Amino acid sequence: MTGSARRIEGAGLHPGADEVRFQFDGRAYRGQAGDSLASALIANNVRVVARSFKYHRPRGITGIGPEEATGLLAIERATGDEPNTRATTVELYEGLSARGQNAWPSVNFDLSAWLNLASPLFPVGFYYKTFMAPAGAWMFYEHLIRRVAGLGTVPEAVDTEHYTSTHAHTDVLIAGGGAAGLSAALAAGRSGARVILVDENPWLGLGLLGEDARIDGERASDWAANAIAALSVMDNVRILTRTTVAGRYEHGFVILCEKVREAPAGRDDPSPRWRLWKVRAGRVVLATGAIERPLVFANNDRPGVMTASAAAGYLLRHGVLPGSRIVVATENDSGHAAGAHLAQAGAQVTVLDRRDTGTAIAAEAGATVEWSSGVLDIKGARGVRAARAATPKGERWLDCDLVAMAGGWSPALHLYAHTGGKPVWDEARGMFVPGVSEDGVICVGASNGSFDLADVLRQGHEAGLAGGSGATSPAPNVEGARSEKASAAFANLSDAGGKAFVDLQGDVTVADLSLAVREGYRSIEHVKRYTTLGMGTDQGKLGNVNGVRAIAEARGEDVSAIGTTRFRPPYVPLPMGAVAAHQSPDLRHPMRRTAAHDLHEEAGCVWLHAGAWLRPQFYRQGTETDLEAVNREVMAVRENVSIVDVSTLGKIEMAGPDCIEFLNRIYTNGWSTLKIGMGRYGIMLREDGMVFDDGVTMRLAEDHYVMSTTSGGAGAVYEWMTRLLETRWSDLRVVLTPVTEQWFAAALAGPKARDVLARVCDGLDVSNEGLPFMAGRVGTIAGIPARIFRISFSGELSYEINVPADRGAELWQALLEAGAPENMEPYGLESMGVLRLEKGHFVIGREAEGRTNPDDIGLGRMVSSKKWFIGKEALGLPEMTVPNRRQLVGVVPVDPSQRIPYSAHLVLPDRPDEIGGAQGWIASLAYSPTLGHDIALALLEGGHDRIGEALIASAPIAGKKTPVTVVAPHFYDHEGSRQIG
Amino acid sequence: MLLIPCPVCGERPEDEFGFGGDATVQPPVTDSASGQAEVDIDGFADYLYLRENPKGRHTELWVHRYGCRRWLVVERDTVTHELYSSRLAAGEGGE
Amino acid sequence: MVDARYSIAALVRGAITGHRSWPEAWRKPAPKPRYDVVIIGGGGHGLATAYYLAKLHGVTNVAVLEKGWIGGGNTGRNTTIVRSNYFLRDNAFFYEHALKLWEGLSQDLNFNVMFSPRGNIILAHDFGQAEGMTMRYNALRLNGIDGVRLSREEVQRRAPALDFSPNARFPIFGAVDQPRSGVARHDAVAWGYARAADRLGVDIIENCEVTGFDIKDGAVTGVQTSRGDIATGKVGIAVAGHSSEVARMAGLRLPIETHLLQAMVSEPVKPFLDTVVISPSLHVYVSQTDKGEVLMGGALDGYNSYSQRGTWPTVEDVVSSAVGMIPRLKSLRLMRTWGGVMDMSMDGSPIIAKTPVERLYLNGGWCYGGFKATPGSGWVFAHTIANDAPHSLNEAFSLERFRSGRLLSERGAGNYPHYH
Repeated sequence: MTGSARRIEGAGLHPGADEVRFQFDGRAYRGQAGDSLASALIANNVRVVARSFKYHRPRGITGIGPEEATGLLAIERATGDEPNTRATTVELYEGLSARGQNAWPSVNFDLSAWLNLASPLFPVGFYYKTFMAPAGAWMFYEHLIRRVAGLGTVPEAVDTEHYTSTHAHTDVLIAGGGAAGLSAALAAGRSGARVILVDENPWLGLGLLGEDARIDGERASDWAANAIAALSVMDNVRILTRTTVAGRYEHGFVILCEKVREAPAGRDDPSPRWRLWKVRAGRVVLATGAIERPLVFANNDRPGVMTASAAAGYLLRHGVLPGSRIVVATENDSGHAAGAHLAQAGAQVTVLDRRDTGTAIAAEAGATVEWSSGVLDIKGARGVRAARAATPKGERWLDCDLVAMAGGWSPALHLYAHTGGKPVWDEARGMFVPGVSEDGVICVGASNGSFDLADVLRQGHEAGLAGGSGATSPAPNVEGARSEKASAAFANLSDAGGKAFVDLQGDVTVADLSLAVREGYRSIEHVKRYTTLGMGTDQGKLGNVNGVRAIAEARGEDVSAIGTTRFRPPYVPLPMGAVAAHQSPDLRHPMRRTAAHDLHEEAGCVWLHAGAWLRPQFYRQGTETDLEAVNREVMAVRENVSIVDVSTLGKIEMAGPDCIEFLNRIYTNGWSTLKIGMGRYGIMLREDGMVFDDGVTMRLAEDHYVMSTTSGGAGAVYEWMTRLLETRWSDLRVVLTPVTEQWFAAALAGPKARDVLARVCDGLDVSNEGLPFMAGRVGTIAGIPARIFRISFSGELSYEINVPADRGAELWQALLEAGAPENMEPYGLESMGVLRLEKGHFVIGREAEGRTNPDDIGLGRMVSSKKWFIGKEALGLPEMTVPNRRQLVGVVPVDPSQRIPYSAHLVLPDRPDEIGGAQGWIASLAYSPTLGHDIALALLEGGHDRIGEALIASAPIAGKKTPVTVVAPHFYDHEGSRQIG
Repeated sequence: MLLIPCPVCGERPEDEFGFGGDATVQPPVTDSASGQAEVDIDGFADYLYLRENPKGRHTELWVHRYGCRRWLVVERDTVTHELYSSRLAAGEGGE
Repeated sequence: MVDARYSIAALVRGAITGHRSWPEAWRKPAPKPRYDVVIIGGGGHGLATAYYLAKLHGVTNVAVLEKGWIGGGNTGRNTTIVRSNYFLRDNAFFYEHALKLWEGLSQDLNFNVMFSPRGNIILAHDFGQAEGMTMRYNALRLNGIDGVRLSREEVQRRAPALDFSPNARFPIFGAVDQPRSGVARHDAVAWGYARAADRLGVDIIENCEVTGFDIKDGAVTGVQTSRGDIATGKVGIAVAGHSSEVARMAGLRLPIETHLLQAMVSEPVKPFLDTVVISPSLHVYVSQTDKGEVLMGGALDGYNSYSQRGTWPTVEDVVSSAVGMIPRLKSLRLMRTWGGVMDMSMDGSPIIAKTPVERLYLNGGWCYGGFKATPGSGWVFAHTIANDAPHSLNEAFSLERFRSGRLLSERGAGNYPHYH
């Protein structure tokens, strides 16, 4: 026998199970297989397991499941202690080591316990009333307060446990495997529906433990065992134990969290610890049961005060009798049922019932029952020693080591409410019950406020049947169920003296709630936020209704006038590692690589993150600095020949007889004269008139075109065009296909580009006449099927060669070999940026930054006045033509040897530091090796009329200012003669 | 997570879709090749920027971005997320 | 009236008397038949407006009408960030005015709103991002607002819990920070303004829903409410999230869509993150509350919604991004998620302006900016209502800009509110 102090031989679900050794706060203990950490601690008579949030009062175990508000411990894991873990939901394993938290040096002796004595100074909301002077002092106080607050500590090392997630579809999802859930699962399973039955415990049917009614002629526990056995052989039924239904969302979407393994994995064990299930259910049956409420009396937080169902549950599940002299305080029959079990196991039980009559089962089991009685106060800071009983005969202290509270039941409506369902107060039953349910969701059993076993089973059965279309079976038949006597009318909570807690975790007392109401925080939400009621890790599962009652009392109104706070997902705190399973940033944001990636890597490129793409920034040689490498690459293009990987540019195939009409509508310029084999550059606008994207569209055949877009705009442009075609112009015969990923593209650029291309052009006429500027051809390059476009971004003679992506590396290699006589080497994105800047080409996202119309960037000439196009109307808005718009200009340093600072703004030379005096900013900046000085493109207020003006480029953070001159936004070969020769 | 009925692909989860906003706003002048007609510039600004933004039934565009890539017109309640109808924007199909 | 001034001395007195003598923070008056000004919406903005009307403009016959409980909308649902790091001049000056009010707000209101200037570190993951952010923060400096750039090492000192691995998908290259920015206690802002406004004579009327406007000859003369008709000289609407619905009752259509923004917290743990950290690439922001919870937010759910509750993909996105940025969050648990409905204006900037209906004023379109703006918003809205003309700080936040095209688009995202 293990944890022998309180273990009852032969009791529990697993009598005589194997011994399991564990530690708490460094001391060794023994439990047994099947124990929870909580049951094992109770079995070993460990009472103080935690300290409370605000007052650092000693706390024990209060509940038996996810409702636990006090027994929060740190559990040792490989990478550090996992904080705030509910002892009630941890399954004991060999070697488990737990520690108390929020206490120093230990939960048994905590130096912060003075906070409890000083508590009169810290009434609810005290921090709103002080720490205000002097101004700015809050940061000092906050530092101290933060250290006192918080519960456990997050480990410094990163958790190395394995988490996973999966998807499932089902006809019926049943949350809860108690009587109602089993009944629903049987009905649904037998009807042939696909069923997922979920229970948070390691075992199903716990709700029927200790039930002495007979179901279908069998003992309830046998019926449950047979039901479980029947379900487990049904192919259409999946049973998930140790699994919590964490969140319910619209359209039958449900999040489950399955604890696959409690103990650390052994070597080579690949199993995950947690598995997140994303389930789409046709119908959701909520058989989530009810949570027993504590009673409110002075010092009701002392270790050894727990709910009656928990006390009985430890006995029935784990064979642990949590006390030997037990006072049960109750207002209903279920307290007697718990008392009966405890008494039968040998405890000396006194039941104090506030009612004047009720069931006799506790008395029959040997308990002393006193009617019209209750508990007023508790003695024993580190464990209950006595309870102050109020009886018709007077008040007296009853020696005891456990106080079990039966304060009535609260249906677990959390999942019901996740999609907006509103719980309704039922005064007769003293509980919130489900209000209107949406289609496909039904609450059954205790979660529906039903506690009569026959009702519970019938509701489950009917809900289960509704999910399937196959065979039906009769509902289970119940004999000998006890009929529940009504609960007592509620006691007056404000009669409770001393520290009578409503929220055991947040240390919120009845007095706190009435003070809040007195101060005018009357709405339940105000009280919650002012007092932190229900804001702990249990999210008010235990304290919610008592809190609502206390507020109602303080306001002098009915509970129904108060309502509840809103239940929000998740039902229980959800391991963030499970939520993030398979969702790491590199999976959510996959890095895109071009087909020649490995070749760039081999060539020693420096990589650059460019949006979603990884692209060569430049290719360093030897000990070159970044700038030296870029200068070399730029000059190679200007004077010799070089290649660059431009695969990232968006490519969209267009086909159909109305493509020209379509192009005319989406681009600002005219397309009607575009000949086969020729391309044209266009800019497209958003409907609000701002430049959206740009690129060249080539006409490959009569009805066949390929459009290129910016790298970043590929997806958005495609989607925008399909939107126009489908929502507005479905009469246009145009078909679009995005093909960016299907092609690899390299640009061969420089005065000697034609010489290199001629060596691999497989007979294609690449002469200036055969392949003139802006022409496109389909053929082969180096034996690879290719599209060759003579277009230029660098301003030099340039060919963009597109081949199928899987032959991209081959093309890249072939081009490099063909360029060997010229010592050709590749260039990167940075150099491409310098080349385009020298040419004064704008870039979407820098110069055209969403607030820029065509005229602003000097492309007014590309806006046709002869036709309509998207954005045309907006160009007529008054603001589009005001003179102080920010317009594209060039900027050069007055002294060519000076560098222009990065990230600079343009300010007036006579008022450089005037607040709000910036005239614009530098959008792109580079050193031009061609010109021998810095060049920049800037957006300047009224810039088109300010050419020649002297300004200062100011970067205050770097503390740099450089005198600059505004120039026209092109620095090199403005006529464009180099690209057309 | 919403389940959006795509007339091409069937019911699919919302994260396969992109949202396209109010489907009922229409530009004040018919798109046409000439487009030279006098534009009501205020009316156009209202088309660009003003929205009914109802609390309740909303007719809206979605694109099945990670599916068939078609644009849908969906009627949905902006409070309950109840879906009333879904059809292809281009006209064919629907349910 | 008892001296209800809050102070440590008052707390000590309270401790002796069992805290029996604290007066109501704000009264619960029944509506009067007429007010000089009615403010619709008892969130931070509406309450601040009433406070400044009374305090600065001498207009004390004011009612704030709240459909539910004060501060119950986005005031009590946001991620509490306060900053003024805006790029456009009009936004920058306005939000900076708000930030300056924040800095003295607890003293001004005699209510600790716990403004904690712990900074907002925005991560740059590569040189280009750092350059772009620095350009924006240089704009702050040139507009007289604080802003600094942080090296990778400085970020590591300030927020050692972040993932500094060079192999991270989004490695940390550097950051920018606005040192005077920070966080505040959101509920306290509503309560503090309510209490201060109440003491100046403002009636704060909860559970009072406006059901219609009385408009005569193009001018507003009163409101109809669930608690009766109220005559009034002027009406200010401050109901962000529901601006379209309220404005519709006055015959107005607005350049606003309502979208859902979620926020979520972990279980509380001891302090390990002393600042706000934001990754624009991961689209996530994370801070730690004074209670110890890790507070996380991210992008909009992505479609029009008044549901005040969120959808799962966003939760997954926010949590996984937060874990990606701060890997040790993996061993924490997600405790609560919630949603608020945002007034997403068509250019991403607010509207604080006169409307086509005379003496009816609109304060809305806050997108994500509402909480941080609260004091500034109330300040300029009070000015606008009192003078029937905007202050220079909110002149640009007009409705007319959606006719003229003089938009205030911080991101240049076009007329797609869900992209702002």
